[in-house]
Amino acid sequence: MGGIPHDHYEPNSRGEKWLYKRLPIVGLFYDTLMLPTPKNLNWMWIWGIVLTFCLALQIVTGIVLAMHYTPHVDFAFASVEHIMRNVNGGHFIRYLHMNGASLFFVAVYAHIFRGLYYGSYKAPREVTWIIGMLIYLMMMGTAFMGYVLPWGQMSFWGATVITGLFGAIPFIGEPIQTWLLGGPAVDNATLNRFFSLHYLLPFIISALVAVHIWAFHTTGNNNPTGVEVRRTSKAEAEKDTVPFWPYFVIKDLFALTIILIVFFAIVGFMPNYLGHPDNYIEANALSTPSHIVPEWYFLPFYAILRAFTADVWVVMGASWITGGIVDAKFFGVLAMFGAIAVMALAPWLDTSSVRSGRYRPMFKWWFALLVLDFFVLMWAGAMPAEGIYGVISLIASAYWFGYFLIVLPLLGVIEKPLPIPATIEDDFNAHMAAKTGGMNAIVNPAE
Amino acid sequence: MSHADDHEGTRRDFLYYATISAGAVAAGAAIWPLVNQMNPSADVQALSSIRVDVGGVEPGTQITVKWLGKPVFIRRRTEADLASANAVDVSTLPDPIARNANIDAGAPATDINRALLAPGMEDGTDSEWLVMMGVCTHLGCVPLGDGAGDFGGWFCPCHGSHYDSAGRIRKGPAPTNLPVPPASFEDESTILLG
Repeated sequence: MGGIPHDHYEPNSRGEKWLYKRLPIVGLFYDTLMLPTPKNLNWMWIWGIVLTFCLALQIVTGIVLAMHYTPHVDFAFASVEHIMRNVNGGHFIRYLHMNGASLFFVAVYAHIFRGLYYGSYKAPREVTWIIGMLIYLMMMGTAFMGYVLPWGQMSFWGATVITGLFGAIPFIGEPIQTWLLGGPAVDNATLNRFFSLHYLLPFIISALVAVHIWAFHTTGNNNPTGVEVRRTSKAEAEKDTVPFWPYFVIKDLFALTIILIVFFAIVGFMPNYLGHPDNYIEANALSTPSHIVPEWYFLPFYAILRAFTADVWVVMGASWITGGIVDAKFFGVLAMFGAIAVMALAPWLDTSSVRSGRYRPMFKWWFALLVLDFFVLMWAGAMPAEGIYGVISLIASAYWFGYFLIVLPLLGVIEKPLPIPATIEDDFNAHMAAKTGGMNAIVNPAE
Repeated sequence: MSHADDHEGTRRDFLYYATISAGAVAAGAAIWPLVNQMNPSADVQALSSIRVDVGGVEPGTQITVKWLGKPVFIRRRTEADLASANAVDVSTLPDPIARNANIDAGAPATDINRALLAPGMEDGTDSEWLVMMGVCTHLGCVPLGDGAGDFGGWFCPCHGSHYDSAGRIRKGPAPTNLPVPPASFEDESTILLG
């Protein structure tokens, strides 16, 4: 696969040759696993393996949970308690699944911000980036529907608020909302279809992950310098790369081990830390919890949704231009989805010819501010929708859009980048070789 | 297919378009049942009207009933509630329309246009009875009642919408007043919803 010259699979034994003529599947796995990988990858390149692990963990624990769960409004809450109390090891499997979703999102955010800093979204990796964004959207859909299944108060009211977003679409919103819910309100029909789709979507994600991997195996990995692997000859390519197996597999598995130690500590000792106590109260259509909060991984976008109230001038302007069709409610929905859309468009908004943020002195600061902005939004999303929190959400939302729509296009024009190493080999020798005796081993964790 | 200067359709062109058309129609016919099955089922649609006993509702209290899967607030308001609701200039409200399914669609949001007439009351008089959907018009949470919020009516805890004692939006992100569903008094103590 791909444009980097390397050795391909050769069947040796009689059995291998027999199979190879009929189905070259071993070759497919061999070439995937032996992919020439830039040897200067730092610790931010471990998240792919963590994400793959999370997907597998969620599918395996999810299938097990589905064996004991009942998707009916009268039994769903009780069946989750049944899993917690009666099913052998059920509480542990459910806590793995619950916190597995959080680990999944920790990893995906680290992975996305890695891509944003090192310019992994830039040509020729736009398709990898777009597929990644699709995977991220599907993850959010899957996580949202999964959170509805225990049929607690947060499940019910989260579902009501989020499906209400579709009701904000002018003219066709209410029929769409009714169609999504299967009735005038969140009820049994909603729970049933969410269960069905929650089971389906991870398999679509799996297929997209295969395409995601295929896409970046075609272009080759990005790396911390953003410099492409030399591909004029195999000898040159080998100076810039090492095979994925065993070098990066071992490194990634080591990182995964460290992460899993923390993960299992959380699952074992504080499994409900990231949850909400309200979700251990059964869903009640007649009483809203005093403070509806989505799961932490939705908070930044939830803050953007709430930030655009009717007294904000852009909202008033949009309402005036469209003759009232775009009201504050619809504007908030557009802003929330727009916040992800501008991120997906990053390959075309970023005008800089330099890929890696390491060599962009001004970009570094704007990027650091974006990371800070993300955490501010996350915090603001968890606060009540009153007073100073609204102002903070609005400023933070404005920066999110400003980064993608103003900063990225402008920086490419006004910024003077630092000198870039000629090859990956040069970068490796300059930064990593001395500590490791010239071998490929541990890279600096402070990277 | 034929060349650009060959305007006469061939038999093969006809078969091509006929096959594509038939295929498109068949695909549409196959997809529609899959889409339509997600619309409300017959049993959900059947629960369209209910009767509510309001004999025990004293002035200054309210009950909440479930209708079409959503809460409906039935409040018997006090004189003070009516006075504060009538003290507002309707044209200054964020949503100046009554949103009452029982009267004209564009009627102004006066308290008289929002309230439900009790048996024996004349048209054009203000009633202590207020019947409305208990679903915030912002994103569908159930507002807290019994004089909550800055305007002595309802307050939605989700995103901070304040409704007054006539259920009209006064402050916060909600775009419209709480809608009044089709409702009427069947007798002295029974309200028919739907």
